[in-house]
Amino acid sequence: MVKVTLGAVNKIAGSSKNYKTGDWRTLKPVIDLEKCKKCWACYKYCPEGCIEKTEKGPIVDYDFCKGCGICANECPFKAIEMIMEER
Amino acid sequence: MVKKVIYGNHAVSYGARDSRVEVIAAYPITPQTQVVELLSEFCASGELKAKFIKVESEHSAMAACVGASAAGARAFTATSSQGLALMHEMLHWASNARHPIVMANINRAMGPPWSIWTDQNDSIAQRDTGWLQFYCSTNQEVYDTTIQAFKICENDKVLLPGMLILDAFVLSHTSEVVDMPPQEEIDEFLPPYEAKYKLDLDDPRAFGGLMFPDWYYELKYKQHRSMEKALKIIEDVGREFGERFGRYYGLVEEYRIDDAEIVLVVSSTVAQTSKEAVDLLRKEGMRIGLVRIRTFRPFPKEKIRKIASKVDMMIVIDRNISFGSEGVFYTETKAALYNEKSRPPVYGVIIGLGGRDVRVEDIMNIAKKGKNNKLEINKINWWGVKL
Repeated sequence: MVKVTLGAVNKIAGSSKNYKTGDWRTLKPVIDLEKCKKCWACYKYCPEGCIEKTEKGPIVDYDFCKGCGICANECPFKAIEMIMEER
Repeated sequence: MVKKVIYGNHAVSYGARDSRVEVIAAYPITPQTQVVELLSEFCASGELKAKFIKVESEHSAMAACVGASAAGARAFTATSSQGLALMHEMLHWASNARHPIVMANINRAMGPPWSIWTDQNDSIAQRDTGWLQFYCSTNQEVYDTTIQAFKICENDKVLLPGMLILDAFVLSHTSEVVDMPPQEEIDEFLPPYEAKYKLDLDDPRAFGGLMFPDWYYELKYKQHRSMEKALKIIEDVGREFGERFGRYYGLVEEYRIDDAEIVLVVSSTVAQTSKEAVDLLRKEGMRIGLVRIRTFRPFPKEKIRKIASKVDMMIVIDRNISFGSEGVFYTETKAALYNEKSRPPVYGVIIGLGGRDVRVEDIMNIAKKGKNNKLEINKINWWGVKL
């Protein structure tokens, strides 16, 4: 019983949001808010748009962060550490 | 009813006009240019209410047709040879996304060396892209097949794109009488296309997304099943067309095969030449007939088996060559027969590549050589090649 439409047209628009690509991650960014100076370099460089600006500092959306490490690499204050993801 | 003496190319244009196509995206290439030239005139004069999109390449032409079809429009294009080759990626896309686009391809030999004359290697090379292929042999058939192709392809059991194919110059630039039924009768035969899923701002859907291995395979199965179902739809549509307009069509055309010992397997305009040869050979007492393969994809295996079961010899005449193998109609014919309990010997002849003339006497001599057991059985018979 084939459940997909002919031509694989997806009936639910924007359904990619339901697919949590954070599963792909091997390394996970952890932000040390004490070292963070809220320069927002991580926010600007994140290619997935998964870092949210808050009053406390940046918050990572782990549902969609793929663990690329660009934020940690760009952080001028070494406030982001990439640690092994444990599941 | 209007009867006109027109080029094969213009038979395509009139067929597209009378099918009320809504989007035409095309790039000119010899020998196809006249097809879209006349269509652009129809669009400019308002005789045809279609959007004519001029594009920068054939790849874009097919991409625009894919977009138009996804938006629910009846889309049409025409091309030839190198242009068809440039479309290759988009041909897969049109079929895999199940867009019932119709395209005319004017068979022209692939370069280099540059040639503008006919052979089938351009369309044969697109055999596995998931397009229906109809090889036409008269201007009337070109016109009729353009209209039928939309009805076949848009059938919800099929939903695949279709290519109608005609020989460069031998048909594309040859004038013949074409009988065009009144528009209202064609409208009754071919109602407007209603896409099941289409690009719609008020009802958004995602097109062309990623498919994981857990379902991709099933879609390919469905695509193949649709091709198989098309076998019956093509016959049904050809019959309905005949009932309405008096000209019947099917997967193959049989000619004088009832008591035939030798059957020629031919396609395109070579079939018309071969009919003349068959008539002359019959006068000489040879029991010969021919089967013209009109529908190459899906391939009419059952028809071939049925005909083969009654004859002593089949000679497949190919105006194409799969380098390193043989003529492609030859391969397909043999493959259809291989598991039959009894089958006649099948000979393969290559002829007329790059538009070399195929004359009545060529076909007669091929048949006579076959009858006298002078054709090679396990080798290609290169007819008329200068060595």
